[in-house]
Amino acid sequence: MTMGLRDMLDLSAPGASPSRRGFLKVSGAVGGGLMVGWWPLADAADAAAASAARPGYEANAFITIGADDSVTLTMAKVEMGQGIYTALATLMAEELEVDMNRVVLRAAPPDAKAYGAPFGDQFTGGSLSIRTMWEPMRQTGAATRMVLVQAAADGWKVPVAACHAEHGEVVHAASGRRIRYGQLVAAASRLPAPQKVALKPASAFKLIGKPLKRLDTQAKTNGTARFGIDAVLPGMLFASVAASPVFGGRLQSVNDAKALALPGVRQVVKLPNAVAVVADNTWYARQGVAALEIVWDEGANAALTTAAMQATVSAALLRPGAVARNQGDAQKMVDADPKKVEATYFNPLLAHAPMEPMNCTVHVRADSADIWVGTQVPARARDAAAKILGLAPEKVTLHNHLLGGGFGRRLEHDYIDQAVAIARQVPVPLKVTWTREEDIQHDIFRGMYAHKVSATLDTQGFPLALVHKLSGPSTLATFAPGWIKADQVDIDAVDGSVGYPYEIANMRTEHTREDGAIPTGFWRGVGPTRNLLVLESFMDELAFKAGKDPLAYRLAMLSKNPRATKVLKTAAERAGWGAPLPARSGRGIALMFAWDTYLAQVVDVAVDDDGTVKVQRVVCVVDCGTVVNPDTVAAQIQGGINFGLTAALYGEITIDKGRAVQSNFHDYPMLRMNEAPRIDVEIVPSTEPPGGIGEPGTAGVGAAFVNAVFAATGKRLYSLPAKPEQLAKAAKAV
Amino acid sequence: MVKLEINGRMQDFDVTDDVPLLWVLRDVAHMTGTKFGCGMALCGACTVHVDGEATRSCVLPVSAVVGRKITTIEGVSATPAGRATQAAWIASEVVQCGYCQSGQIMSAAALLAKNKNPSDADIDGAMAGNICRCGTYPRIRAAIKVAAQSPLVKGA
Repeated sequence: MTMGLRDMLDLSAPGASPSRRGFLKVSGAVGGGLMVGWWPLADAADAAAASAARPGYEANAFITIGADDSVTLTMAKVEMGQGIYTALATLMAEELEVDMNRVVLRAAPPDAKAYGAPFGDQFTGGSLSIRTMWEPMRQTGAATRMVLVQAAADGWKVPVAACHAEHGEVVHAASGRRIRYGQLVAAASRLPAPQKVALKPASAFKLIGKPLKRLDTQAKTNGTARFGIDAVLPGMLFASVAASPVFGGRLQSVNDAKALALPGVRQVVKLPNAVAVVADNTWYARQGVAALEIVWDEGANAALTTAAMQATVSAALLRPGAVARNQGDAQKMVDADPKKVEATYFNPLLAHAPMEPMNCTVHVRADSADIWVGTQVPARARDAAAKILGLAPEKVTLHNHLLGGGFGRRLEHDYIDQAVAIARQVPVPLKVTWTREEDIQHDIFRGMYAHKVSATLDTQGFPLALVHKLSGPSTLATFAPGWIKADQVDIDAVDGSVGYPYEIANMRTEHTREDGAIPTGFWRGVGPTRNLLVLESFMDELAFKAGKDPLAYRLAMLSKNPRATKVLKTAAERAGWGAPLPARSGRGIALMFAWDTYLAQVVDVAVDDDGTVKVQRVVCVVDCGTVVNPDTVAAQIQGGINFGLTAALYGEITIDKGRAVQSNFHDYPMLRMNEAPRIDVEIVPSTEPPGGIGEPGTAGVGAAFVNAVFAATGKRLYSLPAKPEQLAKAAKAV
Repeated sequence: MVKLEINGRMQDFDVTDDVPLLWVLRDVAHMTGTKFGCGMALCGACTVHVDGEATRSCVLPVSAVVGRKITTIEGVSATPAGRATQAAWIASEVVQCGYCQSGQIMSAAALLAKNKNPSDADIDGAMAGNICRCGTYPRIRAAIKVAAQSPLVKGA
């Protein structure tokens, strides 16, 4: 979700960054410590009132310094592999002047007001974390340092300007006196928050921009890292679930006699659309589920197929939609052009398949409940659980954990809702773990989209007009309806298309909402992954039609865009663009601009005679503005590329009889070590504000892959994944 | 009652013979470092060592490991190859979400215990059974090569 972020937040307006519209608060912590927090200005009064009314209120105390010198950073964002814990700690430590190894990380409790800035919604996703926390984290770190220095200066009766902070101490250089932060917290917590906070210039950064080590690596290499699935509670039981295999189906009846007779099985719990077996361990619970005799009321989707869904989404292309971009007279020009170039593309349903299957541990008591889980939306999940249980939200404690992959799957809380509904019928703490089969078949899939692109060309073969019509679900309309404005535009659905950076005088993007019959949601790379796959493949098609080199063709339309030009040219150079390749090998290039990040990729493939594609090398040059941690950027790009290639090579969920056909990694394969290409990442130095990095690698690689396959075989793929039968040497031209 | 030797320690478990080792480790012994990923030996998240061999614990009934030496991620640092692998993982900054990495490290350590100088093809062969959804494969490959240079592996 780029979400028109800079428009929504005015991030580009001088003096109008969110931090400068924020409110800092200094207060005492339990045990005599110092707490410093930050709220967006709109919520500042509420926050101040809450803080005054509840002594020890820790909401939004991003930084807590103890009398024992401990530095605790409360993480408003969740760690799902993207390195955000380390990045946020870096931003704070840079201004606070503490050593990274001193920082204790704490997952924020559910509190959308305190930890949901700037949207008032506590979620981690959309490659938004650094973009939204870049200034607030540094502001809070700097404010904390300032009150500590002030407290030291007051105590020494010396001017503040004569003191400085380093390594968790305040130093008065003239006298050589030093005092640790922990000794200053009581005095500092009585000082007012500074009115003006000056952040370091980039030239003074000691941590930002350096390849600092992640703070979570050691625990993730010795088995001590705790994911939601690792919650252990005294007296806990374990559950396995069978949900209606048909989307929207209901439980009609179940015979549980055989299940209850099995060893270790304690209880069978019925929900309106699922049955759970509670047992002494997960294996016994699974055996219990296998022994259930369930009759489902399959409901309205009992006959649903992929072909029917494709027909529905294709038909929607013919209906008018929300116009997200309308520059010049694009529609009229292509409509009037008998020689227009047109192509229709499909994006299939995709599962997320994070390695940690959906799971949730819940303990429901008469008047309160606890939840142990990994979620991208802690406050939403807590509130939904409270509603199910009929409890006030503050009676439900959600303990958030490391996420064994998110990719958008854990922006949904269906699995938490289900576990809560089961656990309320069980008197002890209950861990509900989905099988991989449940995880794949009851994913909230990436939606199915159809795209039609049309271009009118000038005499040189360059587009005078480009029309992109797409149909498919509006995820924002279900996830965050408030973000859909009067124009009905879903800024996620059209992302990448609206910002498509080429100099084409007439451009139009129109999205017709067609949600389809099954639940769908965000998937890593969101709108740009779908839209740029289509547009950058079509751009390649136009270049070949014009008889022009795909790189030169693109560059000719980017003369006023130095960042796009730089990444494309550099990637081409590093990849040896233009150098000859063996038969049935090809090289494809694509440009991606979204999330305030520019990125160019060159993919090399070799296609076997039987049509199997081997990705040999990917070169990626990225300009994501100011870089907090270059090693994390490289890691996210490498991983994002492999995620995108998995989809390009294998990714497709098909529906038959209302059910997901695929069920585990044998029929929903993932890229493996022996298939993973060499990946070279280069970062363009930049002083622009930070761009997102979690999703660009995924969003950019699909089109480069398709273009490479075309270069190798002369066949253009209008839908993914690349199926060998389409590309076999003897295959007929499509 | 089943008696198992896990990380050098004998332990009794009151489970039926058919329960896969994975669930005894996780749900009964509360050793949660070994992960559940697929339940069909397709992803490698549950990899442990049985008498030094990398083995998928999600399809391994406990009755099959009675009398054999089981090593998990919690105990692998007691082996030179395990210690070298963990150190290389940290030095090479491999992990992202980290969920699959217990299994990756167990597979890599078993490889290095037998093959002190693995080629790319050897690495492919030993690691192709372990899925990483975060796509850390380039770093896993690099880390195995770093670990192979460790005196713990070379001198073993």
